[in-house]
Order: sequence, then structure tokens, then C-alpha cells
Amino acid sequence: MELKELYQEIILDHGKNPRNKGKCDGFTNDAKAHNPLCGDKVHMYLKLNKDKEIEDLSFEGEGCAISLASASILTETVKGKNLSFFKKINEDFLNMIKNKKKITINSLSEDQITTITSLSGVQEFPMRVKCATMAWHTCLSAVEKK
Amino acid sequence: MDIKNIKKEFPIFKQKINGKPLIYLDSANSSQKPKVVIDRISHFYETEFSNVGRSVHALAVKATNSFETTRDKVQKYLNANHREEIIFTKGATEAINLVASSYGKKYINKGDEILITELEHHSNYVPWNFLRTEKGAVIKFAQVNENGDVELDEIKKLITSKTKIIAITHISNVTGAVLPITKIVDLAKEKKIPVLIDGTQGAPHSEIDMQKIGCDFYAISCHKMYGPNGLGLLYMKKKWVDDLPPYQGGGGMINEVKKDEISFADAHTKFEAGTMQTAEVVAFAESLNFIDKLGIKNIASHENEILQYGLEILKKNNSINIIGDPKERGSVLCFTLKDIHPHDIATILDDDGVAIRAGHHCCQILHDKLGIPATARASIGVYNDKEDIDKLSDAIKNCQKVFQN
Repeated sequence: MELKELYQEIILDHGKNPRNKGKCDGFTNDAKAHNPLCGDKVHMYLKLNKDKEIEDLSFEGEGCAISLASASILTETVKGKNLSFFKKINEDFLNMIKNKKKITINSLSEDQITTITSLSGVQEFPMRVKCATMAWHTCLSAVEKK
Repeated sequence: MDIKNIKKEFPIFKQKINGKPLIYLDSANSSQKPKVVIDRISHFYETEFSNVGRSVHALAVKATNSFETTRDKVQKYLNANHREEIIFTKGATEAINLVASSYGKKYINKGDEILITELEHHSNYVPWNFLRTEKGAVIKFAQVNENGDVELDEIKKLITSKTKIIAITHISNVTGAVLPITKIVDLAKEKKIPVLIDGTQGAPHSEIDMQKIGCDFYAISCHKMYGPNGLGLLYMKKKWVDDLPPYQGGGGMINEVKKDEISFADAHTKFEAGTMQTAEVVAFAESLNFIDKLGIKNIASHENEILQYGLEILKKNNSINIIGDPKERGSVLCFTLKDIHPHDIATILDDDGVAIRAGHHCCQILHDKLGIPATARASIGVYNDKEDIDKLSDAIKNCQKVFQN
């Protein structure tokens, strides 16, 4: 495994300039998490409407390039989508990281798939898996919060 | 044995990491083990193993003798007055928990104060927290100053008539500050307050003489002293050994057990419940032999030379911010790198075979105070040399290149 595959341009870009960072207006759901081993933190904010669409979402957090990029890519991918899409892509993403599976969801553009797949290099760095998955797990907890 | 050539005594350095020679700069986390220690463990299991202190057969006698020989060796190494003052534990963490539990049970009540510092590792804060939640004790934190030191005056200021124990680190595992422990102990003695010193970072890098330091308790992490993992020890002054109640209950720590009454063993035995680490204790004697052959003062001065070289080299890189500027620094060098998170640094350095640690190093109180969630830490052991520092410096530059692209 080459280090370059982990620190790809897409990841470095999202890590340096994370999209949707901050607290979005009128959020309806939120959840936070931290990694007690390293102190990384993430707080996800979602604005859900009655049609179960993610009208807006954002995150606050501090952490490494991988964790920031992962949160940023997550928000970019699911913003404006409905909850069933989010749940499917979330499952796909975790399957990709943990079980080296491909992204199966077919409503994504090639660009979006490339972006998400850029995080797959984490598979080879077991100590960093949590960095990549924390935002996704936290977003799911926010969605499942009543 | 020559310090300049000591790497060859450690088998781990024979391997390559990611195709490159291993540059191990994580000794504050745990040190590597010399061959003599590894060999002693296998020799013990191959020829002497038995449980200690119970049976009367030949192997039990052999094992017990080897086990107790280490206690004598530790007593001598620490210049303790009595062999009963040496209690084996599973780590420095357990050593501190033992004191917090046994001393706390007997002497700490609602409103009593426990004085620690903002530099403490979680293992010298969390055990005291139990007394806060269970007994209503108060924990006071001596503040760290901008250089990463805790001054004697800061401790002095916080001592009150309610202070029941002072528990402080010898050397900070983040800022590297060496605390004025002897002066703190002298001050505490005037006020008749016992002092526990967390010697996790102190013991591997400095001469520790219990008569000179004069503390009541000194906790040691043997695996950071080129010793086996899963082993620590507690020096406890005899008056406390005789006075404090047991920590855990079980086999070995009793005198007589009846349905309506139990009496406990004397001395260190009272605090060593159940089957102890055996091969680990036996092999730790070899770690002390290894240290003695080189001389702890020589080890300390060698490590200091490497540390000072490290400071000099890393300071040349304008993107590096070194954490702390204590009056006297132990063998740790924490830093941050402009715009690159410590985790990313650690992963990228590993690709160059350079092992460091990143995170809060179990010191969240200190990191909150510093206002940074995590730092990267290079820590020095006897086997490090200037070339290791050069490789660290090059690897940091490579890391910066990855992020510039």
C-alpha cells in the first residue's frame, strides 16, 4: 500500500478546505462523537424536512486530514438527498472501508464515486479506520435520533 | 557494552519497517527489550517455571528464589530501606490505583483535598477521581506555566490544612518538565502530607534514590525500563506498608481465613493478591542489570545529548512548534506541525520507518490547557542516536511535501 493512495489530492483538498463546516441554520437533528484514543471530535448537524429529505447538513470538528475529508465528503454527497439514499450510501461506505466492497449505489455520478472511493485507501491503515468512519457513524446516529 | 553501539543488543532493530530501518522514537510509551531480558523470559519458562510462594517442590523453590531475588535487586536499585517496601503490580497505573484505594479508604474523607498537577497522565488523575465521586474528596490542580513547568510555589500555594496527599509526576510525558520533586517532598514533610510520585517517565531516565527523594510512594512502569510488559512496581515506605489496608483480596495475601474473620499477610505480601506476573518479575532483574552495566547516569547523559540535538534540529524547521520549554527536560519532545494534524504526521512518518506517537498522550487536561487537541511526540531511549534524529527530521520534511502537493 502506497502512502500516496491514502493521501490523495482529493483527500488533501477536502482536508484543507472542508465543505459544509460549521453549524447549519435550523438543524433538526444532531449528534456528536469523539475518539477517546486520539481526541478527534465531530459534531454533525442535519436539517430534515417532512419528506425525509436532508435539506441541509454540516459538521463541526477537529481532527486529522482523513477525518475532516471524510466528514466533508459525506456532507457533499448526501446534501439534498433523502434519508433512504443516505442510509444506503452510509452502508456502502462502511462496507467499502471495512470489507473492501465496491460502492453499489447507482444514482451517483462518476465524480462522486471517485471522491468517495478516494477514502478506500484507509483499509490498509487499520489504526486510521476510525478517522474515516466516525463522521458517517455519527451522521447515522443523528438521523436515528427522535 | 557501549551506549554508542547499544542498538545491537535489541533484536527488534534487525527488522525493516515499510522496507526501511526502524527508527523507534516511542520509548515514553514503552521501551524495546534487550536480548538478555527476552532470553531470561524463555529460559525461565523452559527450566524454572512454577507458581511462586505456594508449593514446596523443587521448581517452586527455584521460581520463588528468582522472583524474590528481583525484589532484592529493586530494593538495592531504589536504595529502599526494606525489601518489604517493594510491591509488584501490573503497571504504574495499578501502583497508583493501589495507593488511591488503600490510602483513600483509610485516610480520605468528604472535603479532604488531593493535590495533583495539570501535567498528570490520566493514570494519576482518574484513580483519585474515584475518591471524589465515592467520598466527596476535592481534587486540586497545580497549574502548569507557559513553559510547561509546575513551580514549587504553585504547589505551596495550594496546600491547605485539608490536603491529605500530593500526587505528582516526576517527569511530564508531554512537556518533558522535570518537577522539583525533592523540594516538593521537603515541603510536604513540613506539613506532614504524604507524597506519591508517578515515576513512569522519571525512573527510566534518571537516578532514583528513595533516601534522597524521601517520598512516601513512587510508582514505576517496568516496561518503560527495558523490562517485560505487564509489569510495574510500587515503592511504599514501610510505615505505610504496615499501616494501609489491602488493595485486592485473594490468594497469597492472607494470614488466616475463617468463616467469621480474615486476617491479612504482612509486608508487601498483603498487597500482592493472586498469582503474580512471574517470568516478568524474574526477567526484570535482567533489565536492571542491563541498566546498571551501562550506568543510569550515562544513559541519562546520552539521552540528553540526543534530546538536545533533537531540539536543535527540529527548531531549524520553521513549521515546527515544540511544546514546552521547561527548565529541565526529560526525554520527550512533543511538537505540532503547521497545518498538519499529528495523526497524519505519525502515519506518514511510519512510512519512513519512524515510529512516534500522536494524540493527547493520556493528558487531556494538559492538552485542553494548551488549547491543542493533539500533539506528535518523539521520545528518546538508550538506543537512539543522532542519526535517528536526522531521519526524524527528514521524515517530517517528507510529510510536509505530501501535504504541499
